[in-house]
Amino acid sequence: MAKREIYDAIVIGAGSVGLPSAYFLTLEGWKVLVLDGDSSPGQGQNKAAIGGVRATHSDPAKITLCLDSIDIFSSWKERHGTDLGWIPGGYCFPVYRRTEERILKGILPVQKSYKLEIDWQGPEFIKKLISGINEKGLRGGTFSPGDGQVSPLKAAAAFWKESRDRGAEYRFKEPVTGLVIRGGRIKGVKTAKGTYHADVVLNAAGANAREIGLMAGIDIPVVPDSHEAGISAPMERFFDPLIVDIRPGPEGKTKNFYFGQNDRGQVIFCYTPIVPIIGTNRSCTSEFMPVIARRLIDLIPRLENMLIRRVWRGLYPMTPDGIIILDRIHEIGGLFLAVGMCGQGFMLGPGVGRSMASLIVRDEPGIDPEVFSTLSFYRDFYTKREEALK
Amino acid sequence: MIKRADANGVESYRLTSHPILEIEERREITFSFNGREMKAYEGEVITTALFANGIKVFGHHPRDNAPQGIFCVNGQCSQCMVLVDGIPVKGCMTVVTPGMRIESCEGVPELPMVGRIPRFGEIPTIETEVLVIGGGPAGVNAAIELGRLGVETLLVDDKNELGGKLTLQTHTFFGSRADCYAGTRGIEIAGILAGELNGLESVTVMLDATAVGGFHDKKVGLYRKGGYLLVRPRAVLVACGAREKTLAFPGCDLPGVYGAGAFQTILNRDLIRPTERLFIVGGGNVGLITGYHAIQAGIKVVGLVEALPQCGGYKVHLDKLSRLGVPVFTSHTVIRAEGREELERITIAAVDEAFRPIGGTEKAYEVDTLLIAVGLSPVNELYEKLTGFGIDCYTAGDAEEIAEASAAIFSGKITGRRIARAIGYDIDIPEEWERTAEVLRSKPGWTGAYEPQKHETPIYPLIRCVQEIPCNPCVEACARQSIKIPGDSIMDLPVFEGECTGCARCVAACPGLAINLIQPGYNTERGTSLLVLPYELDDGDLVDGRIVKTVDMEGNDVGSGRIVAFRTSHIDDKRKLVSVEVPKTEAFDVAGFTVLAGEEGSGGTGLDEPIPDETIVCRCERITAGEVRAEIRAGVRDMNILKATIRTGMGACGGKTCTELILRLYREEGVDLSEVTLPTNRPFVAEVPLSAFAGIKARK
Repeated sequence: MAKREIYDAIVIGAGSVGLPSAYFLTLEGWKVLVLDGDSSPGQGQNKAAIGGVRATHSDPAKITLCLDSIDIFSSWKERHGTDLGWIPGGYCFPVYRRTEERILKGILPVQKSYKLEIDWQGPEFIKKLISGINEKGLRGGTFSPGDGQVSPLKAAAAFWKESRDRGAEYRFKEPVTGLVIRGGRIKGVKTAKGTYHADVVLNAAGANAREIGLMAGIDIPVVPDSHEAGISAPMERFFDPLIVDIRPGPEGKTKNFYFGQNDRGQVIFCYTPIVPIIGTNRSCTSEFMPVIARRLIDLIPRLENMLIRRVWRGLYPMTPDGIIILDRIHEIGGLFLAVGMCGQGFMLGPGVGRSMASLIVRDEPGIDPEVFSTLSFYRDFYTKREEALK
Repeated sequence: MIKRADANGVESYRLTSHPILEIEERREITFSFNGREMKAYEGEVITTALFANGIKVFGHHPRDNAPQGIFCVNGQCSQCMVLVDGIPVKGCMTVVTPGMRIESCEGVPELPMVGRIPRFGEIPTIETEVLVIGGGPAGVNAAIELGRLGVETLLVDDKNELGGKLTLQTHTFFGSRADCYAGTRGIEIAGILAGELNGLESVTVMLDATAVGGFHDKKVGLYRKGGYLLVRPRAVLVACGAREKTLAFPGCDLPGVYGAGAFQTILNRDLIRPTERLFIVGGGNVGLITGYHAIQAGIKVVGLVEALPQCGGYKVHLDKLSRLGVPVFTSHTVIRAEGREELERITIAAVDEAFRPIGGTEKAYEVDTLLIAVGLSPVNELYEKLTGFGIDCYTAGDAEEIAEASAAIFSGKITGRRIARAIGYDIDIPEEWERTAEVLRSKPGWTGAYEPQKHETPIYPLIRCVQEIPCNPCVEACARQSIKIPGDSIMDLPVFEGECTGCARCVAACPGLAINLIQPGYNTERGTSLLVLPYELDDGDLVDGRIVKTVDMEGNDVGSGRIVAFRTSHIDDKRKLVSVEVPKTEAFDVAGFTVLAGEEGSGGTGLDEPIPDETIVCRCERITAGEVRAEIRAGVRDMNILKATIRTGMGACGGKTCTELILRLYREEGVDLSEVTLPTNRPFVAEVPLSAFAGIKARK
């Protein structure tokens, strides 16, 4: 580097969280550098996301942050002119058994207390909502019309463009090799190509968050596991909501599965394995398609004729309690964390980005501080706080 | 397309006769397309049945309503998508059945309702020592070697017969007779190889099976007749051959513009005459041979362009076309194709040293089909994937290195033994095999000028073989061993010396049709010589006493001659040996006679820069060069970002066609290709219906 570049903030990771964080920091007028080891934005887990965005969680922090995300995604076209493939089709959890009915109805009061638009619907409603759904034993389900779906690919490109237009710099193919810390404060970031200086560094490194933390001598308990996903050829739209079936699969391998039909008419699908596949391997396995095919056809028989185009595997950076981490590091001034998204980084990203930018710039998280504090890095990760609906 | 009445008086685009291929009687069945009842032959695929009925447009694209015709005819793209009972299928891979209700695919298909939940089945996993993917010359020969050693081998191919592209080759092969069936027609080699596999107990052949993906757990997924199965092999041979490169120019996406391989499939496998007036881009062996195939089927080849100053294919192939009156334009390219729903007209232009079209040189031709034959690239994605997963994986044939089929045969043999050794069999690979393989892979070497060698004997061969290519059938054909190749390599040129009985076996054997007999003092009274010339076209034109226009080796007019006699060759009943009486003064120049005349093109439409902005480069998603160029100029260097922003490579074919074209756009924009990140490649190679993964037997 010819001259010593000084940035207001450096964001590590140009993914689901790093991109919106950089975008919101530039909106604050900050000069931002984003570093990523991959060749371009969104090449980590962002492009592996299926794109569902819902606020209908049971955890207050996630509800708050995702409401924000929905607001940002749904108004994007109005503000910036670019289409993110936003489909305001809601989320539907169809139900066939009493167990799932009890679980879903049980969390409705919490969800409603946050003014979420969600309700239990009878089978006739669900049948109309999802054309061709298996009617046998259908008890009904929840539907939350305020949720929706976005193209992760388009969203990443859009955050990248808008932040660059506002002066953010991006350096790709530059994995972070070290952090510069002096007198208990962060001073910059090192890569193989040089040292970049800033008094604020945000660790938004997704699946690599832990190794970045270790460079500062802090151990962030984020361990990735992996989920496979796939996409079909385009078809005439026949359902709008993201569909989540929370029954465990009869094959003994799937905890739940979920899918939607994107803005191109392609069905995009994924399941949660009962036994997590720990590690960072992203190569496809032969098991995925045969397992998910039965579940999809069993729920919507007409899907049997859809053509499967591609499959892939993405990582879920998991925390021990399944709750994300948003915080500042007390021991090292200027070092912030937005990590451990537990597979929901894409839907949380814009809300997280806005909140973190606020925390960094104004020292307040932009959401209810009490709610924000539940996401603390200094919490007890190992005392069970099971989220009713992950 | 040439519409002719068949025996029953029904108009048809089917071949009713062919100088090389047998036209067998087949059972006729009835199907419907967009409500219209049509006839097909039992066992043929939908696209073929539609072509036979004159249908070349199978639907319209959802993005811009552009007509969609065939492109690869190989199951690799999805341009031939049609609806069968409402269900989207690839027309080129789906066999038409009696009563089948086919509809064109207009926009995105609507998924039909199904009545009930089907019964799911298990997805079987087959364990095998070796999986050979691809039943072409390389794969079959590898399997033969493995089978002879008793190695448990599963050979899979996505077509319904073995032989790969050999099954389309009506011409006789080059190479060495001893090693790779030189002098035999490709279609016959395919049968010979399949026969050799029979009786090898350790080899299982699975046809109609497409290898659609390789997985991290060291399994390979196969899609077969509506079903899905997995194979867990110890070693894999990827012998999937090659796919055709393509060119981007305005109109390149029109139905009627497609690859030479696709054309050979429709013509030589399916016996459909898909065109009346054909133009070819590319003077390599594929382009030249395909032109010859077209003429054999009675199709007018209007011309051929080659961007280089000379054709890259074997000179003998070029000369065959030239002698038949096909204009060959070197240093020319096609700059535009036009037509409403189908191709109607093309414009060609001369190019400068940088391959840029030269203004003012445009010529337009009315044609209904334009074949793109601008080279091949190895189909080796699976090899790279599987190797990455730690599977012991090999390539052979075109999947390893693009060369002639003769080279693929040998590369298959060698690789078969190499695999056997790797998994513990004690077997040698003869050193001379490697040398032979090297020779067979050789590009044409030095080309000399032709100088006729005169001899004292009353009759003798003129060997117009002036280019070093790996070939020797003439040597073995000669009854008196008078034709020899001096030196060790079959790349060297053959020479005649000694006795000649006039048996004309050499004329019949030369794959390049580059040998004829001459009897200089045939009729001293008339001052004529007699020539015995090889002929492989419809022999209906051969009538004793007929006066023909004679041409030299490269197709230039010489004068005229008279057909005296013709007969079938004793070693190749498809090739005719025609005796033509010509003036003695012209005898040494005449190498053939023409049945076709060239034609002048008319003035063309305007000229554009290479890859004009409106050119479609991604066919699946219909993305133009201009859209890609804008991204490149905005600084995008990762093709994964192009996928995200403009969707190139996101379609059914997964970037098989556009990746190279986009790289060309990067080069045009002056981008160093080392800065460009290639798109990530993931399963599946071809789209697979969800029902297959659930083990639901195809109901239809």
